[in-house]
Amino acid sequence: MNQVQNFEIFAPKLVDRKEYFSAGHRACQGCGEVLALRHILKALGDDVVVANATGCMEIISSGYPQSAWEVPYVHVAFENAAAVGSGVEAALKALRRKGRIADRYVKTIAVAGDGGTCDIGLQALSGAMERGHDMIFFCLDNEAYMNTGIQRSSATPFMAATTTSPAGEAIPGQRTWKKNVPEIMVAHKVPYVATACPSYPIDLINKVKKAAAVRGPAYIHVFSMCPTGWRCASEITIKMGRLAVETGVFPLYEVENGKYRLTMEVPEKLRPVEDYLKLQGRFRHLTPADIEKIQKQVHREWEILLNKVECLQPW
Amino acid sequence: MGKRVGMEVAIAAAEAVALCNIDVAAVYPITPQSHIAEHMADIIHDGRIDAEFITVESEHSAISALAGASAAGARAYTATSSQGLMLMHEILPIVSAMRLPVCMANANRAVSGPLNIWNDHTDIMPQRDSGWICLFTENGQEAIDLSIMSFKIAEDPEVMLPCVVNIDGFQLTHMIEPLEFPSQAEVAKFLPPRKPFAQLHPDNPISMGCFAMPDTYAETVKAKEEALRGSKKVVTRVFAEWAKRFGRKYNVVETYRAKDADTLMLTMGSMGETAATAVDEMRKAGRKVGLVKLRLWRPFPVEEIKAAVAGCKTLIVMDRAISTGGAGGPVATDVKSILYGEKKRPRILNVIAGLGGRDLTVGDFVNMFDLAKKKKDEPFEFYGVRE
Amino acid sequence: MAKKKTEQKKWPEKWHELNPGCMVFAAGNAANYKTGSWKSQHPVWDNSKCIKCGICYIFCPEGCIQETQDGFYEANLDYCKGCGICAHECWPGAIVMREEEE
Ligand code: SF4
Ligand code: SF4
Repeated sequence: MNQVQNFEIFAPKLVDRKEYFSAGHRACQGCGEVLALRHILKALGDDVVVANATGCMEIISSGYPQSAWEVPYVHVAFENAAAVGSGVEAALKALRRKGRIADRYVKTIAVAGDGGTCDIGLQALSGAMERGHDMIFFCLDNEAYMNTGIQRSSATPFMAATTTSPAGEAIPGQRTWKKNVPEIMVAHKVPYVATACPSYPIDLINKVKKAAAVRGPAYIHVFSMCPTGWRCASEITIKMGRLAVETGVFPLYEVENGKYRLTMEVPEKLRPVEDYLKLQGRFRHLTPADIEKIQKQVHREWEILLNKVECLQPW
Repeated sequence: MGKRVGMEVAIAAAEAVALCNIDVAAVYPITPQSHIAEHMADIIHDGRIDAEFITVESEHSAISALAGASAAGARAYTATSSQGLMLMHEILPIVSAMRLPVCMANANRAVSGPLNIWNDHTDIMPQRDSGWICLFTENGQEAIDLSIMSFKIAEDPEVMLPCVVNIDGFQLTHMIEPLEFPSQAEVAKFLPPRKPFAQLHPDNPISMGCFAMPDTYAETVKAKEEALRGSKKVVTRVFAEWAKRFGRKYNVVETYRAKDADTLMLTMGSMGETAATAVDEMRKAGRKVGLVKLRLWRPFPVEEIKAAVAGCKTLIVMDRAISTGGAGGPVATDVKSILYGEKKRPRILNVIAGLGGRDLTVGDFVNMFDLAKKKKDEPFEFYGVRE
Repeated sequence: MAKKKTEQKKWPEKWHELNPGCMVFAAGNAANYKTGSWKSQHPVWDNSKCIKCGICYIFCPEGCIQETQDGFYEANLDYCKGCGICAHECWPGAIVMREEEE
C-alpha cells in the first residue's frame, strides 16, 4: 500500500501538539501547502516572527478582522517577504541589544509561494540571503500562481497546463523546465539549504529545526501539493508528494555548507514519472513521447544530484 | 544650544538623524542622496550610534525592510531620491495604511526619462496620495530641524504615519551652510525612544498587514484619511515645542512680506530663498509683492493657505512638476480647488519652472512676477522653456 | 483611536472602530470561522481498527484531528473540510468518508 514506510509509524506522537496556525483558515480542501505551514510552525514553536508574501497562505489566513496566525505575523506585499524579514530581523536584533524587548532569541522567518520566491521575489530573496540575515526563507512551491487562478510561474514543471500555459494545439503547456532555486541559494553560499515535502512531515520538521539552529540565512524549498491547481483529487494530496519524491521529480536533500546529502532512501531505481504524472489533470494532454522526454530529464537531473552528493565537499 | 558649524546639508541630515536614536536604517545609494547614505554608513560603522544598517539591494527592499523593522517596533529611517522613490511607490501606501511611522529623506530629483539627476519635484509628486506626511525644507537648518521633528510627528500616538522630508537635490543637499545642531541630550529629551502602539513579538502575537474585503476597505481609507488630516494638529504642536526648546519657529505655511501684497507667489522647497530675494528687490522698487512658502505639503494645509492668500489680487503658484496631461502643476491644482468656493479669491497663475535642474535666478522670479502683471489667464504656463 | 482588544469585536465596524492598520490582536481568531460547512463528506473512525499511530492527525491540513483521552483520534467537524486525506492515509483502514446527510 502506501504511506507508512516513509517514517516511523509512531513518530507523529513526538510532534509538538500545539497548533500555531488555527483551524478556520480558508485553504482549499486537501491543501498540501497549508499542511506544510502547519508543520513548519510546529517545528519552530512560539519564539518566531513570520513575514509573509502575498499569496495563497496570506489570503487564506489573514482577512481582517480574523487571523489564523498564533505567532506574530506581518504581510506587506508580494515580492518583498525576504526584505520585510530582513527588517524584522534587524529590528529584533537592535531592540534586544538596546533592552527594548525581552532578552531572548526570536527567529525570523519569511514565507512565500513559488511566484513570491522564484519570480517576483527573487531579487529580494537574493539580497537578503547575500546580506546574511539570520532568517529562514521558506518557498512553499505549489508550482503556479494558484491564488490568482493557476497561472504559470518559473517553478511550473515542463508541459504542465496552467491558465497562462494552456495545453494548446500549437503549444502544449509550459515550455520551460522548472527553475532550480535551491541551487541558486547554494550559489549564494547559504549555510543551510534543503528541499522538503509535507508528505514527509518528520523530515520536514527536522530540516526546519536544523535551519532554525543556523545563526544566519537558511532556505527551505517545500514541495506543496495543490489539488486545485494540479487538478487531482483532494484525498491523494499526501500520495502526490510521495510520488514526486519516489519518481525523482522532487528529490529530498539538504546542503550543509555546500555538502549535499540525500535525506530520502536512495532507491535502486526511481519509480517511472508516469505514475506521478497520470494522476494530475494538468498533465492529461501528455503523449507517451512527452512522458519519455520528461522521464529522461528527471533521470538526468537525478544523476547530477547524485554526483553532487558524491563529489562536493563542504566549504 | 550647540555651536554653528559649516557642513554639507546631506551630511548634516544624516548627523541630525544620528541624534534621533534610530534602531534600523536601510539605504540604497542614488544621486543626489548618496552623501546621506554614505554618511549614515560612517556613523553606524564607526559605532557612534547603536543601530542596524541594512545595505539593501534596491529601494523597494529598503522601504520593505523598514516596514518590517517598524512593525517590529524599531525607529526606522531611509533616504532616497527620484527613481528610487518611484521604485518604492508600491510600498509607500502600504506603510501608511499599516500605520508605521517610518521616516525618510528625499533628495528631490527629476524623474526619468530622459535620465536627469538634477533637482525638481517630479519624484515626490507621484507619491502625493500615498498617505505620507510630506514636509519641504528650504535650507540646511530646516533639513536638520525637520528631520528630527519628523520622528516625533510620525510616532505620535494620534498620528502613526510615515513622514518624508524633502530636501532639494544638489540645490540643497550639496550646499555647504553654517548650521546649528542641538545637543544629543536636548534631542533625547525632545524625542525619547520609540514606544510602538503594537509590535511584532511573540510576547504578544499580533497579525499586521491583514487584507480588507469590500465590506471594510472603504472604512480603512477613511480611517487613514482622517489620521493624515488630523496629523496637521500634531505637526503644529511639534513645531511649537521645537520653538520653545530650540528657538527656531516653524509654521506649516510661511509668509514673507505678504501682509499688504497685491501679488503673492507660492513656492515649496529651496527656491523660497531666491524668491525672497526677488521680493526684497521688488519691494525696494515699490511693488507690493510677497511670498507664501508651503512647508507642509501633505496633509494639505487648507485653512492656512486660505488665510495666507486672503486679500491678494494675484497669486502665482510655482510648480516644479506637472501633472502630465492634467490641469497643470500639482500644487496649483490643489490651491485652485481649495479656493474655488471662496467668495473673494485671487486670480491664479500657475508657472511650471525649474525642471530637471534648470537654474532660476532672482531675475527669473522678477520676470515671473512681471508675467503675472501682463498675461491673461492661462491654466498653466511653462517658464523659461525655449519656444 | 481604537484600543487594543482581544475580545470578540462587533461587526461590521465603523471607520473609527477599526484596529489601526487592520491589525488583528486576537491571535488565531480565524477559529471563529467554521469551515465545516464546506464539506460534502466527513470522516468516521472505527476504533477497533485504529492502532493509535497518529498519522491521520499529522496529515490533516486543518489540524482539526485531535487525540482523545483514550488515545484514539477524532475530527472536529466544525472545521473538517472533508478532504479525505485522513481516510486515504490511515493505513489500517480505520477511517471511512461518509456523505453528509441531506
Ligand atoms: S491513522 Fe488510522 S490507525 Fe493511525 S491513529 Fe489515525 S485512525 Fe488510528
Ligand atoms: S477529511 Fe480532511 S479536513 Fe477532515 S479531518 Fe480528515 S484530513 Fe482533516
